[in-house]
Amino acid sequence: MDIVNEILEREQKKAEKYKPITVEKHLELDIDVGTLLATDTNDLDIKSLSSDSERDTYLQSLARDNAQLLLNKIWELPTERIDEAIVVRLPAPKTVLPRSKPVPKPKPLSKWQEFAKAKGITKRKKDKLQWDEQLQKWVPLYGFKRSAAEKQKDWLIEVPQHIDPLTDMYEKKSSEKSEKVAKNELQRLKNIARAKKVKIPRVGLPVTSDKASATQLSTAAVVAKASTASLGKFQDKLPKEKEARGKGVHELIPGKERKRKAPIPTPQVEKENNLNLIDRILNKRPKIDMEKAVSKHIHEEQTQRSEEKKNMKPSKGPRKAKGKTNFSAKKPKAGKGQRNPGKKTPGRKRR
Amino acid sequence: MGVIQRIKKPTTRKGKKVLLSREPKAIEGPKQCIFLQARNPSERARNVLKDIYNLKKPDAAYLSRKNDFVPFEDATLIEKLCYKKEASLFGVSSHSKKRPHNVVLGRTFDYNILDMIELGVDSFKAMSEFHNIKVLTGIKPCLLFNGPAWLLNQDLKRLKNVLTDFFHRDKVETIRLQGLEHVLSFTATDDGTIYLRSYRILLKKSGQRTPRVELEEIGPSIDFKLRRTMLASDDLCIEACKVPKELKPIAKKNRSTDAFGTKLGRIHMGKQDINRLQTRKMKGLRKSAEEKKQMLLKKKLAKKTAKQATASA
Repeated sequence: MDIVNEILEREQKKAEKYKPITVEKHLELDIDVGTLLATDTNDLDIKSLSSDSERDTYLQSLARDNAQLLLNKIWELPTERIDEAIVVRLPAPKTVLPRSKPVPKPKPLSKWQEFAKAKGITKRKKDKLQWDEQLQKWVPLYGFKRSAAEKQKDWLIEVPQHIDPLTDMYEKKSSEKSEKVAKNELQRLKNIARAKKVKIPRVGLPVTSDKASATQLSTAAVVAKASTASLGKFQDKLPKEKEARGKGVHELIPGKERKRKAPIPTPQVEKENNLNLIDRILNKRPKIDMEKAVSKHIHEEQTQRSEEKKNMKPSKGPRKAKGKTNFSAKKPKAGKGQRNPGKKTPGRKRR
Repeated sequence: MGVIQRIKKPTTRKGKKVLLSREPKAIEGPKQCIFLQARNPSERARNVLKDIYNLKKPDAAYLSRKNDFVPFEDATLIEKLCYKKEASLFGVSSHSKKRPHNVVLGRTFDYNILDMIELGVDSFKAMSEFHNIKVLTGIKPCLLFNGPAWLLNQDLKRLKNVLTDFFHRDKVETIRLQGLEHVLSFTATDDGTIYLRSYRILLKKSGQRTPRVELEEIGPSIDFKLRRTMLASDDLCIEACKVPKELKPIAKKNRSTDAFGTKLGRIHMGKQDINRLQTRKMKGLRKSAEEKKQMLLKKKLAKKTAKQATASA
């Protein structure tokens, strides 16, 4: 027994040497270890807070107790060793803090990307350099030294048999290229408009370097004729002029959109619709116009009262002056020149 | 034909990088903060913001120019500067007869004001007036909120969130135990006074694994008084607190393990669109011109009979 007592005594002495790490609180603290945040909802000691001399010591002791409780919670977590430092893995924070920018939206796909996705087409990687048999050297796919190689290759372009022998093939080639660039740009803009859900007008005629076809021309003529304030209603007609129809016309001319006829209903549906209609008419309740009813009632009352007055004899004696003059001691305040003592005006603006 | 109006893209590689870095991200870094001066700020208000700036330092900028504006009347300047500096927290110091030693703390969402809270500085003791060792800059502090008012008062509740946003620095996964050396204590009373105190933690032996905590005040020590507030609506708050889909934990559905520890899963297949299915193309299966004609005729006949049937009924 002596040994046990001795050990207990020694432990007690050891404990007395150090200050305690436990803190007693009436209400438990709400601790969010993830953000290192502790909220103490216990009532404060108002007496020591209000006195200037005791305030700081009180606040410090309060903070010490709460910090001790928070650190106790942190020390309970499992530790790790990273680069000779003992670290603690914190749980996810409980406090919800707002973001500084909205949640990112996924980038809208272009029309081609959508199509490729539906069809399962994936991009094939092309080599940046390709061996050119004609030049006997490596030519890049695009960029630096590509156009020089192209120029070297195209020192002469043959004019095909079926076209005008005097055409400048170099000019033709460059115009074709610029057209491709323009088309690509148009598609890019269309994709942007689609992503932003902007409605863009249909382009009436496709851009062609060569002659337009008869249908294209007639479409253009019809659209041009309709481009007046009265939508071409008073424009003269040519003899034997044909009205163009189809794609490109009704989208461009307002009011030309063809409305689809509703499909012929099946006998059952028609019957049901008619029955519903009859039901609706038969089940109708008379609507009461409250305003009208109230005004009618008021009117009746007024006429009744006026008749009563007529029947009564006129009263004798002088009539007393009615209405009070308002004697208020207050000085009128600024209020746009209209004096209305009863109304509270905002007055002079103070900052 | 040339291209008429190109949508402007960044011309330089660096410009593109900057624009990309400004785009919204799923995981955001620590919020940046700007401190600015409104009309004639008093020395006390200025010093308060300077000390808060010192506490926040690597993620903050102090703009020393005076600006002629009133945050609660027109906050466009704040929004503009926040956009310019990529900041979403701000502090403004000002002084007037009506509102002496005024400090406005707030935050923005998508470069628009979210919350704005005005505090009056009743008394202030700067960091430099405490002659002792300070804590390292950029350290994550422990935040303590004392008093029941933090829970009961709606304005204080939001102010608690704002202050946490200001000082919590960044979300971290691990923390060094020896790096816990700073405590910020906010004590609120019922009459709207907020006592800000800042302490350094001294870890003492306790005879156990958990050390005994002692505190040493390092400043600043500020007594705030709550003034006007401009808080965000609930809708905007919900919008601002949205968590991106990719960060949400994915619920594991339709998975189970049987007695032998084999993983089992139930798979649900979507309905296949058979009409658009491309089967094998063969010459023999192709329809000839005559067959097509016949099919058209058949369709017309079917339509006619349907019409007649509806007319008779």
